[in-house]
Amino acid sequence: MTDRPVGREPLRPVRLFGLYLRVGVLNELQYRANFAIQLFQSAIALGTGLAVLALVFGQTDTLAGWSQPELLAVMGVHVLMGGVIGTFIQPNMVRLMGDIRQGTFDYVLTKPEDAQVLVSIREVRFWRAVDIVIGGVVLAIAIGQLGGGVGALDAVAFLAALVLGAVMIYCFWMLLTITAFWVVRMDQIVELFEGVYQAGRWPVTIYPGWLRLSLTFLVPIAFAVTVPAEAVTGRLTAETLALAAGFAGLLVVVTRIFWRLGLRRYGGASA
Amino acid sequence: MSVRAWADIYATHIRIAIAEQFQYRVANYFYMIGMIAEPIIYLVVWSTIARQQGGQVGGFTPGQFAAYYIVWTLVRNMNIIFTPYGWEERIRQGELSGMLLRPMHPIHTDLGYFAGWKFVVIVLWLPLAAVLAFLFSPDLDPRPIDVAVFAIAIWGAYLIRSVNYWILGMLTFWTTRVGPAFEIVFTAELLLSGRLVPLSLMPDWAQQLASVLPFKWTFGFPIEALVARLPEEQLLGGLAMQALWIALGSIGVAVVWRIAIRRYGAVGN
Repeated sequence: MTDRPVGREPLRPVRLFGLYLRVGVLNELQYRANFAIQLFQSAIALGTGLAVLALVFGQTDTLAGWSQPELLAVMGVHVLMGGVIGTFIQPNMVRLMGDIRQGTFDYVLTKPEDAQVLVSIREVRFWRAVDIVIGGVVLAIAIGQLGGGVGALDAVAFLAALVLGAVMIYCFWMLLTITAFWVVRMDQIVELFEGVYQAGRWPVTIYPGWLRLSLTFLVPIAFAVTVPAEAVTGRLTAETLALAAGFAGLLVVVTRIFWRLGLRRYGGASA
Repeated sequence: MSVRAWADIYATHIRIAIAEQFQYRVANYFYMIGMIAEPIIYLVVWSTIARQQGGQVGGFTPGQFAAYYIVWTLVRNMNIIFTPYGWEERIRQGELSGMLLRPMHPIHTDLGYFAGWKFVVIVLWLPLAAVLAFLFSPDLDPRPIDVAVFAIAIWGAYLIRSVNYWILGMLTFWTTRVGPAFEIVFTAELLLSGRLVPLSLMPDWAQQLASVLPFKWTFGFPIEALVARLPEEQLLGGLAMQALWIALGSIGVAVVWRIAIRRYGAVGN
């Protein structure tokens, strides 16, 4: 019943996503004041980030080989990716965790669509997209300060790295969420993710080896933030991008397998 | 109520919290690991700068930063209190009505419960601290008086933060759009408490501002009491400042609560 193949309509998930997106946007447009609040909160977060950068560069000229505008670019990507996560990924995962805990996950399983697709697209926090815009603006300013501009190839590499990064973060979040099938109370996991995600504010190259490896392969923040930032600061190599693509593919497969295991566990636990 | 009765109430809340939270060891651990990410980031950034500057920045060596931020993790955990965001649910779902039926001020329920949680957190924290100490080799050599003051100061920090965020949370009685106000306070706390960096690394004007606000007594002071070899008068003066802020906060809670509770029926159910 659950993992019904999508079969002859490969674009159906995309259409469904479009539909949920529209409903999500319409829903949030009812609460205009939330836009102002989001703007305010994003501005505070941005101000804090800039204050930290100012503190750091009050003491030094470069941090592990990264200049101030380069770190600003990293921050831009970090805010942008944070917006993507907050708009599309995290709300779905939080809802899924709640559903698993409360048993309302049953309603997902009764729908004639692949359950993993459904739980991944049904929530959109439209106002959080403010961070996508702010991140983009910060990134543009950083690129302006860097002076050299960004070539077409770098721009394409940047977009590719960004999409791959988002896919990896989705998989990571999904893997965390799936553990809710075993460990029921997972509400703290949002804090865990947000805490660890803050590490992406700095290029992962500054961290000691064991931590850099964890932030690359355990929690793919390196791929989600540092690698796209490398693309716009002229540091990205083709090998890194290929590694990102390979690792993203691997994560997608692992997530799928783990999801099926989790589903089996759910049936046993709730009925 | 007698002192004995109060002690009983607190002991019961503490026991309940320990029993309840210990069941959720895994969730608590996830929470603590997420929290540890923050100081590790600061630690790495500032140690990198210290090394680049020839071994120290603002009087801190990498080993001293390690001590600062590892102690930070315990202080941060001690500083977990009832979140001001929790008030919305309390009011909206009418939970507060039940709390009002008890013969004592509802803040005691929170103080007792979160104090009990601390015992679980401290037990879970010890292995984490050991791992962090192994990874970052902190430079920590406190005198007995530092340890004694620290042991009191972390509970002082807990009380200051509890009463302050109770006052802040009660804003919810007047408006449901509390997010922006909370964010301003959280940000001020982050920057002016010693949570982000030791205050001595901040510009002078920020340090002066911090000295008239309660925040540094909840982060910077307890940490420095253990790691910075403060002179005795600063240690004892710090505890006195904590007592002052607890007193001010308690008066604030009493006053605001009295006004706020009158609005409860109007917002609640």
